[in-house]
Amino acid sequence: MKRKPFPWELTLLALPALVLVLVFAYLPMFGIVMAFQNFDYQKGVLGSPFVGLSNFEFLFTTGAIWSVTATTLWLNLLFIVTGLIGSVVLALLLYELTGKKAIKVYQTVLVYPNFMSWIIASFMFVTFLNPRYGMLNQMIGALGGEAVAWYSEPAYWPFILALVSLWKGVGMGCLLYYAVLAGVERDYFEAAAIDGATKLQTIRHITLPFLYPTMTILLILAVGGIVRADFGLFYFVPQDSKALYPVTDVVDTYVFRALRNMNEPGMAAAAGLLQSSVGFLLVLGANAWARRIDRDTTLF
Amino acid sequence: MHSSRLTRLSIHAFFVLLSLAMLLPLISVITTSLSSDVEIIRQGGYTLWPTSFHFDAYALIWKNPFQILGAYQVTILVTVIGTAVSVLITAGVAYTLARRDYRFRKGLSFFLFFTMLFSGGLVPFYILVAQVLNWRDTYFALIVPAVVNVWNIFLLRTNFQRIPIELIESAKMDGAREFTILFRVIVPVATPAIATIAVLTAFAYWNDWWLGLLFINKPDMAPLQLLLRNMLSNIEIILSRMRDMPLSLRVTNQVPTEAVRMAMCLIAAGPMLFAFPFFQKYFVKGLTVGAVKG
Repeated sequence: MKRKPFPWELTLLALPALVLVLVFAYLPMFGIVMAFQNFDYQKGVLGSPFVGLSNFEFLFTTGAIWSVTATTLWLNLLFIVTGLIGSVVLALLLYELTGKKAIKVYQTVLVYPNFMSWIIASFMFVTFLNPRYGMLNQMIGALGGEAVAWYSEPAYWPFILALVSLWKGVGMGCLLYYAVLAGVERDYFEAAAIDGATKLQTIRHITLPFLYPTMTILLILAVGGIVRADFGLFYFVPQDSKALYPVTDVVDTYVFRALRNMNEPGMAAAAGLLQSSVGFLLVLGANAWARRIDRDTTLF
Repeated sequence: MHSSRLTRLSIHAFFVLLSLAMLLPLISVITTSLSSDVEIIRQGGYTLWPTSFHFDAYALIWKNPFQILGAYQVTILVTVIGTAVSVLITAGVAYTLARRDYRFRKGLSFFLFFTMLFSGGLVPFYILVAQVLNWRDTYFALIVPAVVNVWNIFLLRTNFQRIPIELIESAKMDGAREFTILFRVIVPVATPAIATIAVLTAFAYWNDWWLGLLFINKPDMAPLQLLLRNMLSNIEIILSRMRDMPLSLRVTNQVPTEAVRMAMCLIAAGPMLFAFPFFQKYFVKGLTVGAVKG
């Protein structure tokens, strides 16, 4: 049998991407040995001394990793739940409307925050939260209340962060679900109406099931990423205020600070490795879970 | 089936109120940029509607445009070069992956896909770019790490696969090489999909602050987003470099710090605010196509 020639041309077309992925995704994977080193910038990854698990020991005994992980998990859970409910409810409401122009305007307004970077968003929210000039304190003052030092009161921040996260993300989610609904034949809903179904029954038994596959996929993605925090949201919006760390310091900001401010690359790498490993297991788990629910809605 | 008129009216009312709430942060930035600090202090804070309009902040920036122009230049250069290179490289690998007769298709797919599941984390990546490659304060650091996006590769591959294989085979019969087939046969047919990833990539480069935050220290290499971030904390330093204060400001010696800050924010966000409504549909497409298993 004649052997096929080596596919040079196709390989060459794939090569640039291959090299870039090798360098920027796979090389850093070997860099995780840093987590087991007392890393020294002068000596580099190859020359730094190995110190076993002491970086991890430090993370666990000081308790730092527990608190940032807990913050990351519960705030992400809060964002996932509010985001999912918010987007689906808005998509359902939007679907009830008929005016094409109005729908377009609402969609554009809902989705614009998605195109603003977190840095620009942080500027926008300063105008509300600035303790001296911010509009929130003015309103509180007008109502006879006491001004709040927003950037040093951790208690309010889970709520503020959830609201800001919703502001930025809900539009895109709504657009996505709306696009799914727009692809469904109107006949389904008309048949339900003829059968005498109420609006809520129609939504529950007909409309929502159309959204389940999309909801499942987005949920898997979200659960798989639950140990990863949105760095910009947690770093820029609270203005990196130390007083807020108890509720705004997440794994990603912790790793960043350990690397840049505390100059502890070994420890930062250890925290990053823990995050990557847990995230890896979670994606696999979430996918297996999705496969059990419905064979067709898995991610891979 | 449509809801009753009353229901629809109340839903409209709801969306109008919600839209106003969503716009509130933007409106307050605009208003603040148009007010003077004296006024802000006199009124006790920022307001949603200023009692009088001042363009001092914009005048000041207009006379001292170098910083923001420099940042614009960096951002535009990064966005244009980054997007062009990224689309070219992504199209190449997506075509190879789309060819079912490519021998290493499965392996290559997995090689790319695995990076979506596991990463070495920030620290080794930082050491690689900053130390091993020594790319601090260079355009390379702002462009190269973001060139390949595996999500976009799969999006484009799925799209290329829908193109009938006969098109490729007949081109081959005519003796066309793979490069020619990609650029003469595939690209013209798949223009909408390529436009989608081009738009996604361009927006990502334009709004990127992460690479700047990690690798840029020199002020004149700062992209727009980084300049803004530095302004949030160092507005006084930036203002002190500004000359040619408008007369009214020189007399009262009142530099409109808050207004300048917000005006800069708007000048940076402006192009995005005007551009995104035209490209909105690409983003929805990117999400829906990408969310289908490939």
